Amino acid sequence: MHDADSIVVERQDFAGLFEILRSLGYAVVGPTVKDQAIVYDQLSQVDDLPIGWTDEQEAGHYRLRRRNDAALFGYAVGPHSWKKFLHPPRLRLFQAERSEDGAMVFKQEPVEAPKYAFLGVRSCEAHAIAIQDRVFLEGAVADPTYRERRIGALLIAVNCGFPSSTCFCHSMKTGPGISQNTKVDIELTELLDDEGHRFVFQARSQKGQTIVDRLPARRTTRGDLDAAEALVAEATETMTRELNAEGVRDLLYANLEHPRWDEVADRCLTCANCTMVCPTCFCTTVEDVTDITGDHAERWRRWDSCFTLDFSHMPGGSSRQTSKSRYRQWLTHKLATWHDQFGTSGCVGCGRCISWCPVGIDLTEEIQVMGQSTQGVPSS
Amino acid sequence: MFMKIGSDLRPSSIQPDPMCPDVHHVMSISQETSDIYTLKLQPTERREAVRFAPGQFNMLYAFGVGECAISISGDPTVNNVTEHTIRRVGLVTGTLGSVRAGDSIGVRGPFGTPWPMDQARGRDVLLIAGGIGMAPLRPVIMDVLANRENYKELTILSGSRDPEGILFADELLTWKKQPGVDSKVTVDHADSRWNGNVGVVTTLVNRTVKDPKDTIAFVCGPEIMMRYAVTELQKNGLGKDQIYLSLERNMKCAIGLCGHCQFGSEFICRDGPVFRYDRIEFWLNQREL
Ligand SMILES: Cc1cc2nc3c(=O)[nH]c(=O)nc-3n(C[C@H](O)[C@H](O)[C@H](O)COP(=O)(O)OP(=O)(O)OC[C@H]3O[C@@H](n4cnc5c(N)ncnc54)[C@H](O)[C@@H]3O)c2cc1C
Ligand code: SF4
Ligand code: SF4
Ligand code: FES
Repeated sequence: MHDADSIVVERQDFAGLFEILRSLGYAVVGPTVKDQAIVYDQLSQVDDLPIGWTDEQEAGHYRLRRRNDAALFGYAVGPHSWKKFLHPPRLRLFQAERSEDGAMVFKQEPVEAPKYAFLGVRSCEAHAIAIQDRVFLEGAVADPTYRERRIGALLIAVNCGFPSSTCFCHSMKTGPGISQNTKVDIELTELLDDEGHRFVFQARSQKGQTIVDRLPARRTTRGDLDAAEALVAEATETMTRELNAEGVRDLLYANLEHPRWDEVADRCLTCANCTMVCPTCFCTTVEDVTDITGDHAERWRRWDSCFTLDFSHMPGGSSRQTSKSRYRQWLTHKLATWHDQFGTSGCVGCGRCISWCPVGIDLTEEIQVMGQSTQGVPSS
Repeated sequence: MFMKIGSDLRPSSIQPDPMCPDVHHVMSISQETSDIYTLKLQPTERREAVRFAPGQFNMLYAFGVGECAISISGDPTVNNVTEHTIRRVGLVTGTLGSVRAGDSIGVRGPFGTPWPMDQARGRDVLLIAGGIGMAPLRPVIMDVLANRENYKELTILSGSRDPEGILFADELLTWKKQPGVDSKVTVDHADSRWNGNVGVVTTLVNRTVKDPKDTIAFVCGPEIMMRYAVTELQKNGLGKDQIYLSLERNMKCAIGLCGHCQFGSEFICRDGPVFRYDRIEFWLNQREL
């Protein structure tokens, strides 16, 4: 949340942020309307933002709606997340040549790391990035592309005022407000009331400070700070979905054979949508290809999903044959084994997997049902 | 003050990409059984000695076809030469089987946790292998033979489908002749010429364990066989902390980043492939993991 160091930028001066970012060599990416959804893409001006739009979300449902104001950030999260920039969906890893005598040469792919400014990062998303930091940077081996892109990236975060009905960040302690220990560079809150359309800006890193210092601004008043706080408090109030994050790990370990898994497997299409939209899901596969001569080869990495049969392919057959076992893998990874692996939940409560599930499977509901008819305590 | 961003990283200079293989030269390829062969490899670029510990594995790359995880089956005391004993089961293992001496292949690694040789010191060492599971245990045998005074009895129990499929059959006979070494072989299906044991390898455990409190067991083979092996070992008085298993799952990266090798809370490439039984007991007893 903001403190006394924060400043206020009027709506008509907001374009100045784009100019400053451009002059510092940043490629600005952020929310924009495309194909009837709010997605993340390159932005060149304020008008590229979803001005006056909001979203209506439910399990298996996402629609854009007009707002009755001209807010720039008056919606929740859409199908994209920042992982598409930090952890690209497709990436060439190397090229290799083979000569006639059978000798082989590998040409490592240079890391391509544009300097991104992420405009409009939500609190849950900043947490998702911190979770991917643990996966890609804090293990024994760091991912080179993620590493370079992450170092260069500037996170401009926005406090949430309009959560969707699928959001449950409050349960996961990841939002809707940006807490002091969330890693972002700039925190901002959009205010649109009788006092006018304005933005409270607060630097949260040295990098962020140099930018905030250059914005045309005035000091915040008590009124601005109160309004910002009220916005987040109200957002928290409106959140209806819940998940009992405290006990969920043990609950799942005690219920790996719960009949509910069969029931959810009957509905699940194993389409992998939930893993594609999830901001923390990180799994990839590799594709090795050759050109027509057979002497030039490449390896590509692309996002993969534990919902596919091939994901667990072994010569004797996949180890997860049934959709039950694959849904169970996904959910127990998100909410339970992730804790053991990375010391954090793998779910930030952004609700994307609920909204973008074609049959509307809702993990909060699954956990609730299991909690009401738990099998017992873990056998270990 | 301000929070540090991205773990306070600084841009790196160009580092070798962990997903880009090194070129290795095929010194030889030899047929072990009808569907198992051994590659002997040497790195082509001069660099610091390639060392490995028994139980570790490499990712072997067949040009343009793909990569797969293969244990190191050779002598851990020899630097810069690695052996890999491979069963043809699919695309990559099939393609690698048709390389010739002098060819090149791509290699990444070594990766993974080794068999805990320090835990084996001063104890009886019991190895239980099913089929190709003998491959990652061969370096253990070589290490024990090279440092004989460090260990008590070495017993090798090996199971295979049929007599023709017995991996390292000649070596098993040679090893058996060494002092303090015993080896027993069993087959699932015998023909009339076979006068040895018939049945699953786990049936051999009963007659083998002499001093359960002072024995360590290393097991590698199909998952179902390993479950039975654990049961037999426990029946014979071994504790959960005296049993180590080498597990297998699909692997794409071997560096803990692709997610494929997850086994409950564990990444087999990073936390394994060798695990102490009590660490993975809970997961090993789940179906379709
Ligand atoms: C730690 C470890 C050590 C091992 N050590 C040995 C050893 O010493 N010797 C040995 O013989 N074996 C060993 N294995 C097993 C070996 O890795 C597999 O047998 C090998 O991966 C098979 O590869 P393949 O290309 O021949 O088979 P395939 O069945 O063709 O599979 C090859 C790869 O391609 C992928 N693939 C194949 N088909 C599909 C599909 N339809 N969709 C998506 N992906 C697909 C799989 O992910 C697989 O990794 C080990 C495995 C592990 C994990
Ligand atoms: S599991 Fe669902 S709610 Fe949780 S972070 Fe992923 S997409 Fe968001
Ligand atoms: S989950 Fe929370 S932080 Fe994320 S979009 Fe919804 S309200 Fe905002
Ligand atoms: S093989 Fe990729 S995470 Fe283990």
